[in-house]
Amino acid sequence: MIINHPLLGPRDASEFTYLGDASLIDRPDGMAENAADAFYDYAYLRDNPAGEHRELWYHEAGDRSWLVVTRNTLTHEISKVELARDVARARGRTK
Amino acid sequence: MHDLVAITALGGAAPRVDTVGPVTFTEVPDVALTSVAARLGQEAKAREALANVIGAPAPDIQRIAGGEKTAFWSGPDQWMVEAPYNGHHDLADQVKAAVGNTASVTEQTDAWVRFDLRGDGIPSVLELLSQLDLRCLSSGTAARCSIHHVGCYLLCRDANHYSIYGPRSSAGSLHHAVLTSMRSVY
Repeated sequence: MIINHPLLGPRDASEFTYLGDASLIDRPDGMAENAADAFYDYAYLRDNPAGEHRELWYHEAGDRSWLVVTRNTLTHEISKVELARDVARARGRTK
Repeated sequence: MHDLVAITALGGAAPRVDTVGPVTFTEVPDVALTSVAARLGQEAKAREALANVIGAPAPDIQRIAGGEKTAFWSGPDQWMVEAPYNGHHDLADQVKAAVGNTASVTEQTDAWVRFDLRGDGIPSVLELLSQLDLRCLSSGTAARCSIHHVGCYLLCRDANHYSIYGPRSSAGSLHHAVLTSMRSVY
């Protein structure tokens, strides 16, 4: 499997490590009223789609950047690769 | 004062040199190294400050730039700066003074071992070791890759001169891997 790194171009998937669902970017506010419930959802509940899935990959044997990879879990086709920091900033995160 | 003898990463009193066929593989101990990581929101200023340090624009993605002090790209808004050890034993302090609060600077000198490959046909040696598309690697390119399961920086200074930076604690393994590849090719 080849991941087309947005900065470095096509790189072999063996250079990367997989973390999981890209929703992990949306870490809940630990000080909110419903923090316990929100963290329960965040830590344990995942969608398991047969099809398009957005997931976090880490370029461990490369430039050490985190990526959000959109991959079809049925065909392994990768349709989109973004820098995770760009995705996080687009969702309003400041760091 | 203790009377200590300086040894290289491979444990010798002098740098190890191996020549196989057209390629010469040399341990290069006299290099000072430091990392520079731009701080959030200060990226443009850090880039400018780094340019003043190396006397050239801060290198772009996977590039090398500079003169006596050279910087190579190591990640988004991150660089490594290298310089001859003589005159730059305090390289991190020198760079920190130049970049101020725009970037975080970390001393790296003794964390890495540098090996240089010189001669014709170096890509034939490296393609047994690395997944990089070496035939597309132009002069002035720096890329991170795995060599023998060791995370390294590979610098193509020109077609007949490559440098490898690997973790100093894996110097022996890295040396063995490259030398084995040289012997199998030539």
